[in-house]
Amino acid sequence: MVDIAFGSDFAASIRTERRRYMLGRVGVYAFLCVFAIIYLLPLFVIIANSFRELPEITQNGLIAFPRSFSLAAWPNAWSHFCVAGTCEGVKRNFFNSLVMTIPATIVSTLLGAINGYVLAKWRFRGSEFLFGCMTLGVFMPGQIALMPWAYILGNLRLSNSIYGLILVHCIQGLSFTTLFCRNYYVSIPDDLIKAARIDGAGFWRIFFKIVLPISPPILIVTVIWQFTSIWNEYLFGVVFTGGRQQPITAAVVALATSQMNAKAYDISSAAVMIAAIPPLLIYFFGGKYFVRGLTQGAVK
Amino acid sequence: MATLSITRLRKRFGVVEVLKGIDLEARTGEFVALVGPSGCGKSTLLAMIAGLETVSDGEIRIDGRLVNAVPPKDRDIAMVFQSYALYPTMTARQNITFGMESRRVPKAEQDEAVKRVAALLQIEPLLNRKPGQLSGGQRQRVAMGRALVRDPKLFLFDEPLSNLDAKLRVDMRTEIKKLHQRVGKTTVYVTHDQIEAMTLATRIAVMHQGALQQFDEPHEVYSRPSNMFVAGFMGSPAMNFIPGRLSQTDGSAAVEIALDGGDVARLPLPYRPKRAPAGGQIVLGVRPEHLYRYAEDLKSRKGSLAKFEAPVEVVEPTGAETIAQLKLDAHEITGRFDPDGAPRRGERMVVGVDMAHACLFDPADETLIPREAA
Repeated sequence: MVDIAFGSDFAASIRTERRRYMLGRVGVYAFLCVFAIIYLLPLFVIIANSFRELPEITQNGLIAFPRSFSLAAWPNAWSHFCVAGTCEGVKRNFFNSLVMTIPATIVSTLLGAINGYVLAKWRFRGSEFLFGCMTLGVFMPGQIALMPWAYILGNLRLSNSIYGLILVHCIQGLSFTTLFCRNYYVSIPDDLIKAARIDGAGFWRIFFKIVLPISPPILIVTVIWQFTSIWNEYLFGVVFTGGRQQPITAAVVALATSQMNAKAYDISSAAVMIAAIPPLLIYFFGGKYFVRGLTQGAVK
Repeated sequence: MATLSITRLRKRFGVVEVLKGIDLEARTGEFVALVGPSGCGKSTLLAMIAGLETVSDGEIRIDGRLVNAVPPKDRDIAMVFQSYALYPTMTARQNITFGMESRRVPKAEQDEAVKRVAALLQIEPLLNRKPGQLSGGQRQRVAMGRALVRDPKLFLFDEPLSNLDAKLRVDMRTEIKKLHQRVGKTTVYVTHDQIEAMTLATRIAVMHQGALQQFDEPHEVYSRPSNMFVAGFMGSPAMNFIPGRLSQTDGSAAVEIALDGGDVARLPLPYRPKRAPAGGQIVLGVRPEHLYRYAEDLKSRKGSLAKFEAPVEVVEPTGAETIAQLKLDAHEITGRFDPDGAPRRGERMVVGVDMAHACLFDPADETLIPREAA
């Protein structure tokens, strides 16, 4: 009898324990959900507005639950809407951004890999200092570089040209790409390089045959990082280019601010979504490699 | 002729001198082991031979050619690393052929060389695997294959067995020995394991604090260590060092040592030392295997056996032998005994010590006091 009394007591205490645990879990998840909603709300508003009809938006307000549905804003924003006298939507600017982002990403990533390889595996007197200087660029705000770039682009006759922006982004990105690659290459054993030197391989052969083949994790991180930051960059785009030469970030802002009469919220929303799709896709498909690459060391 | 000759070699990193004038040579076909505790400079010396470190002063010659300023790839050497250093994205075959491809060796010749080396090391079934799919011992084989395929003048090994587990290490040690006997290439082998050095080398170079302590055949290094560092480093358990006094009468010499309880034992030497340090103070060096349980019939077989009595403190049976700690006046000595008639704890044992193998050291500079020729 005594035994059974003790047993039921024990079971009861386990039940309370478990209830307390479940409540704790629910609390944690509720807390996280609230924050997830807060972060996702702007995205929801923009997506919703890009599919609402303009009169309904003006009537019910920008932040309201959608009560109409229309696909018209998307093609309009893509190829018809008029900004500052030209009526071809953001299509041209979208392609400008692609033309700028793809080569700048590739070039800055490759240069970063070579820099990182030298700084990690071919140390020389002062190479650590040089690396320190290059990483300072990571912390340097873009505004500081505006004047020098204006001067350089002017002299190279690359002002108001998407090619000028390619050059700017190749150089501006070097700090990050060098930092990423150098820190990854430091973990490659020195013996690997020594063995290759004894095997008769030189600087470039070691880079292309040994170092580059073990680089995909860090190259994926660097490419994702560079692609999204160059695509999303606004300051250089708006300062150094205008009108038809602008990348899409600058164009979207121009579109939103240049409307004289009633604001075309539906079209602005669609344009913003068009501008956001490439980085979103990159994160969507590359996100897991990004996290994996950031946390992963090199070969053992 | 010497394949490798090193004269007055020095290496400085800033103000720190890590190699202090090394003289070393390896005759053609010889297996030289560089042995010493970590930080003694042996790996730096090997890296300098390979051309991976610059020379601060002195000369390195390979086959008579001064190579101080010659890049690694032109020194005609091959090296096996402790970490194996296999290229992780290449298959075993590509690892082995990488060097030949760098040197633009014709494809047919490469295939021939791979076939020869793979057969020698029995790695044919592994050739299409990547290093990640190989076990430690297999990686080691592939790494050796990469070195062997070159047919170089000189083989360099940098602690190649340190990353293997104990059993595999012993097997691979035998393999390396067989391989050297078959290939007959001049080899320099760095290790911190004195047993590896003893078993593999034709000559051993013992290094300590950037200086060469002794360079001689294994037997000589073991039985006639040039100083107390070498004596203590080679052999396990280590040689016992017993402070004592040398007493010489007209015809014979003996060593007096203090025993537990204040008695003094007089151990006659079967040889005469060449010199006597000031005050007759010496250090007697006795290897653990030269201590026995004293018996009259043993004495009749080993004329040089001297005896003393000591209490047994600790007994450690290992199966094949029994290690025991015996107490002397101020410290303990270690002996290796036959398990039959092994010492028992607490026993006061009559110990026989074979003085023919004993070494005498000068306590002032810790060097060996040589024997007078008989």
